[in-house]
Amino acid sequence: MSGQTAATLRRESAALPLIKRVLSWGRYPKTAHHKVHKPAWNDQLPDILRDAAPGSLLPYGLGRSYGDSCLNAGRELIDCRRLNRILGFDESTGMVRCEGGVSLSDIIDVFLPKGWFLPVTPGTRFVTVGGAIANDVHGKNHHCAGTFGAHIRQIGLHRSNDGLVICNLEENRDMLRATTGGLGLTGVIAWADIRLKRVAGPWIDAESIPFQSLNAFLDLSRDSNDRFEYTVAWLDCFAGKNPRGIFFRGNHAADHGKEFHPQRGPKLPFALPAWMLNRYSVRAFNTAYYGIHAAKKGAAVVPYDSFFYPLDSIRQWNLLYGRQGFLQYQCVIPEGNLEAFEELLDRIARSGMGSFLGVLKQFGSAPPAGMLSFPRPGLTIALDFAMRGERTLKLMQSLDEIVQQSSGALYPAKDARMSPALFEASFPRWRDFVPYIDPKISSSFWRRVTGAQ
Amino acid sequence: MTLTAHPTTSLPAATPATAMKKIIILGATSGIALEVQRQLAYQGCELLLVARSPQRLAELQVDLMVRGAQQVLTYRADLAAIQQHVAVFEFARHNFPGFDTVLLAYGSMRDQKESEGSVDVLLEELRVNFVSATAILTLFAADLERRRTGCVAAITSVAGDRGRRSNYVYGSAKGALSLFLQGLRSRLHPAGVRVITIKPGPVQTAMTDHLPNSARFADPQQVARDIVGALERRSPDVLYTPRVWRYIMTAVQQIPETIFKRLPF
Repeated sequence: MSGQTAATLRRESAALPLIKRVLSWGRYPKTAHHKVHKPAWNDQLPDILRDAAPGSLLPYGLGRSYGDSCLNAGRELIDCRRLNRILGFDESTGMVRCEGGVSLSDIIDVFLPKGWFLPVTPGTRFVTVGGAIANDVHGKNHHCAGTFGAHIRQIGLHRSNDGLVICNLEENRDMLRATTGGLGLTGVIAWADIRLKRVAGPWIDAESIPFQSLNAFLDLSRDSNDRFEYTVAWLDCFAGKNPRGIFFRGNHAADHGKEFHPQRGPKLPFALPAWMLNRYSVRAFNTAYYGIHAAKKGAAVVPYDSFFYPLDSIRQWNLLYGRQGFLQYQCVIPEGNLEAFEELLDRIARSGMGSFLGVLKQFGSAPPAGMLSFPRPGLTIALDFAMRGERTLKLMQSLDEIVQQSSGALYPAKDARMSPALFEASFPRWRDFVPYIDPKISSSFWRRVTGAQ
Repeated sequence: MTLTAHPTTSLPAATPATAMKKIIILGATSGIALEVQRQLAYQGCELLLVARSPQRLAELQVDLMVRGAQQVLTYRADLAAIQQHVAVFEFARHNFPGFDTVLLAYGSMRDQKESEGSVDVLLEELRVNFVSATAILTLFAADLERRRTGCVAAITSVAGDRGRRSNYVYGSAKGALSLFLQGLRSRLHPAGVRVITIKPGPVQTAMTDHLPNSARFADPQQVARDIVGALERRSPDVLYTPRVWRYIMTAVQQIPETIFKRLPF
């Protein structure tokens, strides 16, 4: 009963300048928003879009983008998390229609017991379907499955000027390509049809193999990519040009005899003091991590959650980096350019500022699903850096030089500070994307890298 | 392909039925009801959802079926309109026979200032939150009493435990509903019908988004877990959720009126 009366009331109280603190996963930058809309039903979105000023809105999901691509400082957000209903499922094909705010975690909980899994999953299950499309996320199976966007058959997109637009390969194909990887700028994703894939159960046949150089990693990767659906490596970024690491590879396990018990891990209750993460504690962690995995190298049947989402087991792990937050650096460097990659690792090692989350993956050659999709053939690395002010930003700028010179690219979903020039170099065709932007939508990231108002 | 939300869509349940319950939700699109229904669906319950919007009901029906509900029926009605109640009740009796639980989850919380300035608004608030609630519960209570089984549960509010200057219209309607449930409980007790008064503290739902500090309000999932837990057990008669509100309200009720009337909230 209260739905409509409360909605009217909310519209009336919009005149109050409320400052809402919403942060991204990196907790940097610290931003305030003028207003956060929280629609509970898709039928409320046309009004929100219609009543907004030009460039004032941005859809927001679970806030797992690391930098400012999910933020809209000084303006408004549409929190889509209540748009979390499953609108249809076809058991014969595994096609599911979800509202934009449904989380990947929710999809797993509902459909894995029925024998279906996500076609592509990033390293956390706590992202929304809308966010996964808007960032065209990739996973450990990029070399054989491409990005998340490649498995979207159709979307419904709320646009401020033309209502609900259905986009698929036949209708509004360009709008689908713009929205895939479009950073939420093309409209609000009402729902999406996702092709799930059949799996036998929750188990993964996994293998971990220690390696001691970049070439050894590449050999392992090339050797594994046609036999293993999932490949990724953890990297000790303190080791410089010839880094040691652990290569993980796996396939969905055929048997499901074992009983499966999902586990809920601990939660970091508050931001740790910044001094706790320093070059010594992180180096010690990396040594221990390498040691443990090198000791238990080999094959094992492991539950899917520990294979895909090791970090999700510590809720709010982003608080590890203290109150100032952290930055993630994820770039891709074309494969022929190994020297550039080595130089990158060398600079990180010499800075002493790297952290324990070095992730390395060889992308496949699937054509991009979206206009602004990040993955492209080459090696991608993702690293966290605790935010320590100017020092941290300087290091990242020096890494930018290498990326730019080697015709690489930086991942917008992880970024809070790349220059307009590097964005241009990473996405030389971004101007083709501009006509698809919804006039009522903008983001902190977009204004920063393109100078848009 | 059954990819569109449509009232006739029927999908098989995800999990085999265990402890079967047949539950009627009055006000199925309210923020707390949404979470309660989802948890009941995971348990394989059968549901009859009553709300105003056919579109929203159709979306909920598909969602809850995919999540494991054994059966989801929907009925479109404006429960604030008392003349529609008989039709709701007759629909339930004929199409959802043998239901064992009725959960009343609708309510309206308009800005107190509106009620102060308009008797029409005031009466409408009382009618939605109190008068219509007692009317529909009376219909269902008589049926359960006749069948000597089941449970009546209604969401009132901690706001009903003490009149406050900022929210006494909503509070008095919910407080009156709590009193009504108290009496109904002792009336139905001999018939073995349970009556649960659910008193949530402030919860993060569409009803409270406009209030200051709404980010600190209780998580609706937690509140729903408490409610579903109370439906399953034999106790308590009065559920405060989150639990801390039982102690807070006990303390608030001890404050002498001569002091309380001077408090600014």
